Amino acid sequence: MKKELLILGIETSCDETAVAIIKNGREMAANVVASQIESHKRFGGVVPEIASRHHVEQITIVIEEALQQANLTMAEIDAIAVTEGPGLVGALLIGVNAAKALAFAHNKPLVPVHHIAGHIYANRLITELKFPLLALVVSGGHTELVYMKEHGHFEVIGETRDDAAGEAYDKVARTLHMPYPGGPHIDRLAQEGNPTIPLPRAWLEEGSYDFSFSGLKSAVINAVHNAEQRGESIAPEDLAASFQASVIEVLVKKTEKAVAAYGVEQILIAGGVAANKGLRQALEHAFSKNPGIELVIPPLSLCTDNAAMIAAAGSVMFEKGIRAGLDLNAIPGLDIELYNG
Amino acid sequence: MTILAIDTSNHPLGVALLDDNQVLGEFMTNLKKNHSVRIMPAIQTLMKDCERLPADLTKIVVAKGPGSYTGVRIGVTIAKTLAWSLNIPLVGISSLEVLAAGIGRYFDGYVAPLVDARRGQIYTALYQGENGKLTAVVEDQLVMVDEWALRIAAMGKPILFVGNDVPIHRAILEKTLGTQATFASITEYNPRPAELALLGKEKMGEDIHSFVPNYIRLAEAEAKWLEAKGKILNG
Ligand SMILES: [Zn+2]
Repeated sequence: MKKELLILGIETSCDETAVAIIKNGREMAANVVASQIESHKRFGGVVPEIASRHHVEQITIVIEEALQQANLTMAEIDAIAVTEGPGLVGALLIGVNAAKALAFAHNKPLVPVHHIAGHIYANRLITELKFPLLALVVSGGHTELVYMKEHGHFEVIGETRDDAAGEAYDKVARTLHMPYPGGPHIDRLAQEGNPTIPLPRAWLEEGSYDFSFSGLKSAVINAVHNAEQRGESIAPEDLAASFQASVIEVLVKKTEKAVAAYGVEQILIAGGVAANKGLRQALEHAFSKNPGIELVIPPLSLCTDNAAMIAAAGSVMFEKGIRAGLDLNAIPGLDIELYNG
Repeated sequence: MTILAIDTSNHPLGVALLDDNQVLGEFMTNLKKNHSVRIMPAIQTLMKDCERLPADLTKIVVAKGPGSYTGVRIGVTIAKTLAWSLNIPLVGISSLEVLAAGIGRYFDGYVAPLVDARRGQIYTALYQGENGKLTAVVEDQLVMVDEWALRIAAMGKPILFVGNDVPIHRAILEKTLGTQATFASITEYNPRPAELALLGKEKMGEDIHSFVPNYIRLAEAEAKWLEAKGKILNG
């Protein structure tokens, strides 16, 4: 009998070339991330063609580093898990084709993974998942509430109708003339200011778990312009604090409502915006009143894009028997519920 | 020795297996279909038919561009990953050279492989066949077709045009070059994957990690950024 399951994960959906190896679904044997952020900074955001070019430059280097870090050879790996989508198509294609070549060269099973399933499963590298659970996914491209009744089963109960929370952060940061990526700058600035500027909260219709941040983003831009026209200036730290307060209030309240309605055991936070201090504090505060429910927030390095999360989700998918053929394609708008089977 | 050749740099998709002295098998289509979906199954089927396992491969040869950015990247990514993980040499060959190779070896004059690059531009080069070998006379480049026609007309030698995009530019080439221009038949328009394998056969392996496509062009955003930076520095 084989004693352990070794899954090699590959993630290239945006601007990180990442490869990781996970043992038995939960132990990190290797986790390598080559970030392109310095390259994209000069453009004020991720340029898809440049991201794709960097992935080709990095891919074999990162695979080699992961195997070295884990002190393993390809022969010892049980399966290759790869992000199939969503993401930038040209970027996804590099990971998908590298994964297919590896699977073919070494006759290994290929496991397709949804990027958001990966973000959720980053939490399993911290603690075992308890079902049913609710995951709040907040990143540059996503703002979603996902309900899971069991491993590998995803039900999206709420999602953004326009901008993702992370996108709103980047746009507001640009309005305040801050460098890309703006999220961490706003978060830091918000800690120094007070939420004195009235900004809207988009609750949408009664009972909806959906989000909308475009109105808030416009309100911030208008507040800056109106002040400029009056010859006044708004303290950027107060604007950052007010913006952040609005985003966090909506995220936390909607999560609280969903937790109550669905009666979950665990709340998982996932995605790059989960690194936000203000959000972490507000969630910890909100759920500390509720000791029956466990709140899990992964460390910063597992919140941003990485392949450990893809290998962790891939381990579960592998055991569920999910496989892809060598005709696997990259799907930029992949639906997470397709995996439910 | 078993060489696997991969070409997804333009619409034609090609795979070939070359043994010591013979072409074991070749697969080629000229379709506007998704290379990412079709290339690995094509490699798998050809290798199975030829009764070769990945571990039997001794070299990977890939068409490294110029061509479609995404297409070239698919082939190069697969080639790099296969070569690295099987621990065998990787050789990159110009996509234009592959196009010129088959017919060009035996043409008395220059061969101009051509791929359309939109807005009156083409990816092209000049190759010369001599004693069954091919040498580059003018290296791969991106150029306006009318400019190119004038330039090669001045060279005074017969020129053979090859490539699926030749019909798009034929009129202008004929107008400038007259009888100096010869046009290959459509059966020569596709780059032959076996030619790709053969072109890579004698070449030394390259550094796999740093191997990248030959895009010829910078990414648009980067070109603009450099231009803006130049203006600041010079202004
Ligand atoms: Zn992500």
